[in-house]
Amino acid sequence: MMQLTTGERQLGAIVLIALAILGIAMAAAGRTDVLGIHGAMVLLYSLALLFLLFSSAFGPEPSPARLTRYYDDPIKVGVGLTLFWAIFGMFIGVWAAAQLAWPILNFDTSWASFGRIRPAHTSGVIFGFGGNALITTSFHVVQRTSRARLADQFSPWFVLFGFNLFCLIAVSGYFLGVTQSKEYAEAEWYADIWLVIVWVTYFVLYVRTLALRKEPHIYVANWYYMAFIIVVAILHIVNNLAVPLSFAHAKSYTIWAGVQDSMVQWWYGHNAVAFFLTAGFLAMLYYYLPKRAERPIFSYRLSILSFWGITFFYMWAGSHHLHYTALPHWVQNLGMTFSVMLLVPSWASAGNALLTLNGAWHKVRDDATLRFIMMAAFFYGLSTFEGSFLAIRPVNSLSHYTDWTVGHVHAGALGWVAMITFGSLYTLVPAIWKRERMYSAALVEVHFWLALVGTLIYVFAMWNSGIIQGLMWRTYSPDNTLVYSFLDTLLAMYPYYIARAFGGLLFLIGAIVAAYNIWMTVRAPSAAQLPLDEDLPASDRPLDGAAPTPAE
Amino acid sequence: MPEVMHRKLERTATGFMLAIIAAASVGGIVEIAPLFTIDDTVEAAPDMRLYTPLELAGRDIYVREGCYACHSQMIRTLRDEVERYGPYSLAVESQYDHPMLWGSKRTGPDLARIGGKYSDFWHVNHLNNPRDVVPESNMPSYRWLGTTPLKLSDLPLALRAQRAVGVPYTDAMIENAARDAYGQAVPDSEQSSGVTERYGEATQISAFDGVTTNVTEMDALVAYLQVLGQLTRAAYENPAAPQQMPDPDD
Ligand code: HEM
Ligand code: HEM
Repeated sequence: MMQLTTGERQLGAIVLIALAILGIAMAAAGRTDVLGIHGAMVLLYSLALLFLLFSSAFGPEPSPARLTRYYDDPIKVGVGLTLFWAIFGMFIGVWAAAQLAWPILNFDTSWASFGRIRPAHTSGVIFGFGGNALITTSFHVVQRTSRARLADQFSPWFVLFGFNLFCLIAVSGYFLGVTQSKEYAEAEWYADIWLVIVWVTYFVLYVRTLALRKEPHIYVANWYYMAFIIVVAILHIVNNLAVPLSFAHAKSYTIWAGVQDSMVQWWYGHNAVAFFLTAGFLAMLYYYLPKRAERPIFSYRLSILSFWGITFFYMWAGSHHLHYTALPHWVQNLGMTFSVMLLVPSWASAGNALLTLNGAWHKVRDDATLRFIMMAAFFYGLSTFEGSFLAIRPVNSLSHYTDWTVGHVHAGALGWVAMITFGSLYTLVPAIWKRERMYSAALVEVHFWLALVGTLIYVFAMWNSGIIQGLMWRTYSPDNTLVYSFLDTLLAMYPYYIARAFGGLLFLIGAIVAAYNIWMTVRAPSAAQLPLDEDLPASDRPLDGAAPTPAE
Repeated sequence: MPEVMHRKLERTATGFMLAIIAAASVGGIVEIAPLFTIDDTVEAAPDMRLYTPLELAGRDIYVREGCYACHSQMIRTLRDEVERYGPYSLAVESQYDHPMLWGSKRTGPDLARIGGKYSDFWHVNHLNNPRDVVPESNMPSYRWLGTTPLKLSDLPLALRAQRAVGVPYTDAMIENAARDAYGQAVPDSEQSSGVTERYGEATQISAFDGVTTNVTEMDALVAYLQVLGQLTRAAYENPAAPQQMPDPDD
């Protein structure tokens, strides 16, 4: 099914054998350390893939006709991986949420204690779910908008499986206590090096595919994917520079110290939000929204403005995570200023998206998939407004360290990131598997409401708890003493922690419904065999129709 | 005609990527590079001491267990925080922290000045089961720390790696790392005197977990907690500190 040529199968076998040897070396060198466990995992992972490769190794050469079609096999596997990580990561999220309400839920084990599963949640959803969704859709979008096949057949698989190996090592590491403690960059040095290799391959593949494009212009979605790939590479390398105890130890120390480390970390952290959780998903928005709504993007100018605004402004904003800390004052002020200015390009994107729907509102009413995308744009607008607001120093003095931040995060993560992903998947799946539509429109509708209600419960609970806690911390009695002990403020949180766990559970159930629906769509026999030339590059454009699209 | 220019840019992938790199680099460079002019960014604190090997091991356990996910170590320059937790944190206090553990969420209270606030005994009970001492707490219990022996043999490597990233550990400190960790957790052992010799008289030598027959992860973590906020007195002597700063001795 992979359509690999003999040469590509050989290359795959060589790479996997090299990886297996690396795994053995890690296992041997780190046998008294957790590194050894990861070595064994690398070994098993490469052996499993080798087995898959060999089981189809002696088939006939694929026909050259394949080169006239898009290469969609990695996309199909990517959809499955995205859904797997979505359910896994959100399950851990619900579990973590429940632990804050009922601390016994870690069953007194080390691996399941809150501090270890929390990064498993964040990496699981951001990298596992979000990252796989980005890679998968980027393979789809770059081919369609360039009207070109992926540049080769080996690197897409390397990127996909290599990235998932990174996720596996990272997440399993947290359960084992392997972490750098840097938020969203917890994975240790060897996983980080591996990710660099994967990422460079991804970059080269992307650029080579763009070079094959039959469109003179690079479509706007690709600008965002490019920014995502390039900037994430820069951030990842700089923030993860570290010295390990030895090559036989998982543990390392970052080269950055104290206040410099704080700035590097949040320059990274905030731009992980910007270029991982925003730019890449805006790329999805710019392709799947016009595609699904069958309308061209409202304004090309706004697209340009918001793209460069986001690329330039975001990188200044990280210091808003460090208000009133030991970071020099002028950096805090720069961060605040740019965060507020960031609202302009952010709302330009959100507005551009919503205005694109003008004239298609009846579709939004009838089509839950389009409604997912519309809601995502709405929540994008909401969370960027909230973010700019939270970046203002006096507001941040209240919100920082409280659940308000967590509420903001999940307005973005559930409302924006997850909803745009599901909207995109519901558009992509029938197209890739050549089905007329999803197995069940009713289930998409059910998912939509579960997701929306779940998000609202989650976000409102955290707004309440965050603001209440922030206010309680600073409440003074008339004789100028603090009124509430820390414990009083914790007690006030419990009802909200329970509500949040419930909202998250609804969202998780929605994701399971989605997985079921997609599975049934894939399994259903394609009703009408679409004629073969449907699949030819020429026919699949982001925007069909007479009106030339502004961004092409 | 910016629109026309942009249409040209859209025709070349390389040009477009270079433009992205250029646009994205400015912010980071402007904000990060000046922070390395250490003298302006980090206050001087001549009395600043280094973490002992035992405390460093405790810090690594703090990182491993993800304590930073719920506890900050950064008291902001806000009145209520100073009154609740103590003098606000100075940059110099985390000068040798690789990585910094300022945190971003306070599910539990700030720990920047927790050192000396409670007894070792309290910490051990609290870590074994927080609800034994604070019935309403939602913190996980960490029972296994008291039964897991500390891996002393890795400590010289840890100190050496710390030196590689800029912490001024001496050769003697690196060589004696394992001995010093033992000596700090087993008072009156022959190894104990070396600890104060190398790390200063103020270093706390104690049977942190109450047991002197072996050195456990509990010893290390409690030793670390007890030194938080104690590496230098700079924050208490800071002339810019607000009036209502609590008396450090009470
Ligand atoms: C089923 C839905 C989810 C639930 C129940 C959930 C629950 C949680 C919980 C309990 C925390 C820890 C908060 C704390 O420490 O106080 C958390 C943190 C976080 N979650 Fe989720 N989550 C869910 C979905 C997601 C998704 C889909 C994403 C991203 C795409 C996400 C991204 C994050 C991030 C980035 C943090 C760290 C926030 C911070 O450091 O301030 N979550 N989540
Ligand atoms: C204009 C856009 C945005 C601005 C200016 C902004 C600003 C902020 C601010 C001020 C904080 C609180 C920092 C603190 O007090 O610790 C924050 C936290 C956060 N925001 Fe945003 N935000 C924006 C958009 C988004 C979006 C779209 C997401 C998408 C998922 C997002 C995800 C996060 C995350 C994950 C954190 C938590 C970081 C942590 O503490 O671990 N933000 N943001």
